[in-house]
Amino acid sequence: MQIDYNALNPAWGARKPVIIGFLCNWCSYNAADLAGTSRMSYPPTLRDIRIMCTGRLDPTFVIKALRDGADGVLVMGCHPGQCHYQEGNYKAMRRFALLRRTLAQLGVHPDRVQLAWASAAEAPNFVEAVTNITEAVARLGPLEWHDTVEDIAPRTPVPSMTEEVAHG
Amino acid sequence: MAENGKPKLALYWAASCGGCEISVLAIHEKILDVAEAFDIVFWPCVLDFKVKDVEALADNEIDVCLFNGAIRTDENEHMAHLLRRKSKVMVAYGSCAMEGCIPGLANFADREQMMQFIYHDSPSTANPDGIEPQTRTEVPEGELELPAFWNTVRTLDQVVPVDYYLPGCPPEAKWTIAAVEAILKNELPPPGSVIGMDVSVCDECPRERHEKKIKRFYRPQEIEPDPNLCLLEQGLFCAGIATRAGCGALCPGVNMGCRGCYGPVEGVRDGGARLISAIASVIDADTPEEIDAVLDTLPDPAGYFYRFGLAHSLLHRTRLAQANGHKVAEPFEEIPHLDPKLAE
Repeated sequence: MQIDYNALNPAWGARKPVIIGFLCNWCSYNAADLAGTSRMSYPPTLRDIRIMCTGRLDPTFVIKALRDGADGVLVMGCHPGQCHYQEGNYKAMRRFALLRRTLAQLGVHPDRVQLAWASAAEAPNFVEAVTNITEAVARLGPLEWHDTVEDIAPRTPVPSMTEEVAHG
Repeated sequence: MAENGKPKLALYWAASCGGCEISVLAIHEKILDVAEAFDIVFWPCVLDFKVKDVEALADNEIDVCLFNGAIRTDENEHMAHLLRRKSKVMVAYGSCAMEGCIPGLANFADREQMMQFIYHDSPSTANPDGIEPQTRTEVPEGELELPAFWNTVRTLDQVVPVDYYLPGCPPEAKWTIAAVEAILKNELPPPGSVIGMDVSVCDECPRERHEKKIKRFYRPQEIEPDPNLCLLEQGLFCAGIATRAGCGALCPGVNMGCRGCYGPVEGVRDGGARLISAIASVIDADTPEEIDAVLDTLPDPAGYFYRFGLAHSLLHRTRLAQANGHKVAEPFEEIPHLDPKLAE
């Protein structure tokens, strides 16, 4: 899928949005897999990290991703009532809500941090979620938190964000 | 060591309120032991030494420096570098030096916003001539100089290497004593250690605890809490669940939720993130609307979670964006709500 990021926000230049995805092992990670094997097309912006349950998602992970160079974070888990561990996704939803309110006060636009559900069979939900957050982040432009904390704090090295990411 | 064989001690205050200085004196008669055991070479709050006296010392001549206060001006930064160079052991004394504390809340704004509020907009300000502090001012007697004010407050260890941390706003006397005794006996923990406890405030809190499930948060003036029951269970914000113990749970002891001044527990990088995790876990709500309704009763979450640790948190401050050649703080004003679609 080709998106002209500079048409949405000229600040992108040669760079593309980098979105970190935290995907639940039991549902959305499989949905991502299914989207790939089904040869569905979606923006190549997501770098997915498999977690056993969205209930395992420590808000630190999201904050660290944003600080270390991500432009957005997508969290995906099982639909309510379908959590493999009974209620991990409810816990995730509560934490996500509070995290996003906190991040807003720190100047992280709420559209940069999104939560969505997809069962293992719902590849279209996964594609839709990636497309939605990519478009939102592309409009907002690069986050570049290292500009905010430049020379005020020792920071962990930021990997190159410009290389191509191989995706469906 | 001084000629009399005593180790040399320096104390300094940077961006702080002075409470840490008082807390050093709160060790009561032990202060005489300190005076007996150490040769105090610099303590601007109490003794008449000048910066040039410190500059005259050889590098590493000071055995221990207790440095309180955050770094927000070029003078703070200069003194941090100077004292680091002159000291063998540098202790970040108190929450400001350790994680920014209340001065670090300035990182929710930027320098211009702060000057605007403090010197113009605050309800208690009368400044008809619109005077603002300048780094240089001409007066008939000559030119006066004030330290330059940074956009962002930093912690001591973001400026110079720090050997030990004494948390607290201010540190409790028993830990100051423990640190002084450890220094005197040469039994200090490995460099980089926090002098204190590894567990959370709940471990020291005598209140009765059950499974926490709350339908709304209360502000302290809204309810009269049960004196024996966990405050968080009653809907009062308490940071004790994610805050390092060592204070003896002083605030919960007087019906006030823990503010979090001892910082995160051992091994935690971002105390605010852990508080988000812990506080969100006690909410008794399952749908997006219910969750938002509960959270609407907790105004200013970032202020609660990063009250003491903003300058040392992963994000460090509110985002700065370029505007008119200046970097300006850019919070998002609207409260984000959950997408109702998440209900299914």
